[in-house]
Amino acid sequence: MESSVQTADAFGPDQPSRLLASGLGWRRRSVNTLMMVLIAGAFALAMIPLFSLIFEVAKRGIPGLSAEFFTEDARGAIGGAGGASHAIMGTLIITAVASVISVPIGIMAAIYLNEYGEGRLRRALTFFVDVMTGIPSIVAGLFAYALFEIFFGPGIRLGVMGSVALSLLMIPIVIRSAEEVLKIVPNHLREAAYALGTPKWKTITKVVLPTAFAGLVTGVMIAIARIVGETAPLLVTTGVVDSMNTDPFNGRMQNLAVYAYNEYRSPGVMKQASYDKAWAAALTLIAIVMILNIAARLVYRRYKTEIR
Amino acid sequence: MASVDTTTNAGQLLAAASGGRRRRGDRIFSRTAVLAALTVLLLLAGVAIFLLSEGYPALTASASELPQGKTFLDYVAPLAFGTVLAAALAALVAVPLAVAAALFITHVAPPKIALTLGYLVDLLAAIPSIIYGLWGIFVLGPAAVPVMKWLEEKLGFIPIFEGPASVTGRTMLVVGLVLAVMILPIVSAVAREAFAQAPRRLQEGAQALGATRWEMIRMTVLPFGRSSVISGAMLGLGRALGETMAVTIILSVSGAVTFNLISQANPSTIAANIALNFPESSGLAINALIATGLVLFAITLVTNMGARAIIARANQE
Repeated sequence: MESSVQTADAFGPDQPSRLLASGLGWRRRSVNTLMMVLIAGAFALAMIPLFSLIFEVAKRGIPGLSAEFFTEDARGAIGGAGGASHAIMGTLIITAVASVISVPIGIMAAIYLNEYGEGRLRRALTFFVDVMTGIPSIVAGLFAYALFEIFFGPGIRLGVMGSVALSLLMIPIVIRSAEEVLKIVPNHLREAAYALGTPKWKTITKVVLPTAFAGLVTGVMIAIARIVGETAPLLVTTGVVDSMNTDPFNGRMQNLAVYAYNEYRSPGVMKQASYDKAWAAALTLIAIVMILNIAARLVYRRYKTEIR
Repeated sequence: MASVDTTTNAGQLLAAASGGRRRRGDRIFSRTAVLAALTVLLLLAGVAIFLLSEGYPALTASASELPQGKTFLDYVAPLAFGTVLAAALAALVAVPLAVAAALFITHVAPPKIALTLGYLVDLLAAIPSIIYGLWGIFVLGPAAVPVMKWLEEKLGFIPIFEGPASVTGRTMLVVGLVLAVMILPIVSAVAREAFAQAPRRLQEGAQALGATRWEMIRMTVLPFGRSSVISGAMLGLGRALGETMAVTIILSVSGAVTFNLISQANPSTIAANIALNFPESSGLAINALIATGLVLFAITLVTNMGARAIIARANQE
């Protein structure tokens, strides 16, 4: 780290900062160097877990990956046989249903906040959306359980319960990102539409939303990436099961995150085979999350509306 | 693209549409938006109401009916202690690191790579918690065993390092470190946003007067970002309080109420206790677990609302 003072370019190539720096006391200069080293060191330290984690998941996850892992379920599987296709399918279905619930509510609420909202309701919504982002995921799971228990009795486990729990986590993320995107749609577009006599709802659906489309899609993809790996809320709502179930309204449904947890927590006779599967499921999850994140960025870059 | 056909559409509409039909469209659309807003508020109220109604039987039940034969308060108190201990430990480790990382990205690293570095930190937030749990128990835990042994031998006179040091790494210290990694991106993101907005004039002024870069940061950037750092720390704390899977997987629990961070006997946390016991529980035990969830909800709610209040006040200034 350079101990010199950062200079404005206006000073030119003479580098008066060097002159200044040479006049600095030894103490001030070494304090500066020390702090810069500490700050850079802290950043490096914070990055170690990220690289270690990705490296370990890749290293330990690859042995468990096989064609079987993706094509077979774990019904009656013993001695390290069986796959996770039921868990992968469950993750897809539970996440899809959660998105179907969250995206319309989230985007309409964001439209309310940005296009219509005023007064107490708007302030309350803004505040409570912030509060909602802080709800612990396990509490979301308990909420879904308590809700369905009232109608279906104790011990109920359904795929759709998991989707409801995940929706509670997903809605505030969708609202936040959609609101940000709607905010940057320039007002002159709306005014131009109004000037042509377009009613407000048509202005929103035909001008504002298409302009913001890429941003909205990006926000939804990032929200999906956030919830696709949730474990705790599904542990208490969708249950654990070994066979394929594609009906979210009937019976237990497995998913990748709970599958990984279960293979770790109750390994079969061949412990290592179970651990391998847990890591393979973890690797699959990380891959899904990363792909969603990268795709979200690409979508935004490729399809964003240039606003002049 | 869209605005082009809209213009013609709008023109035709203006010519054709009767006022009544237009107003009806507007009414339906705006009501749908209000409905969505109300749904969100209702959902949040629903969380409190359903947790309360399903948790209530446990609050009023006598000790003999509840798991472990304790009254609800005696049941939840050690769990609440463990929850706060783990989260506080995580915040204690994460906040200085997060602030330093935020400073590094905004004021120390070359601007060209700063964006990429910020993206790397955000990546930490994208990783599912179950994976942090597996990483903690298989990688960090074993790696921490010799360190904890050393802490017991050299610093054992301090109660938190009293030991006996765990040989598996399933300790409160490891949990705190993993939680710290998990909340670091949140704290760092809030701090980064504030540091990036620190007034340039002051920074340039400080440097023109011959301040070193650290002096400039200490005198202009840090004071500006202070309330954001505090609220970011509280948001991180809130996240750590409710974090479930990492704790569930890593921590070896005995129900002991202790500050000893490196032993095998640890208090559980509310969230981990639910995840561990819920799948196999029934009857009043379920109600008790839901009631502990309500306590957790209340704790995180207070923490988050405090953080938001600080942010709101800072924004006003």
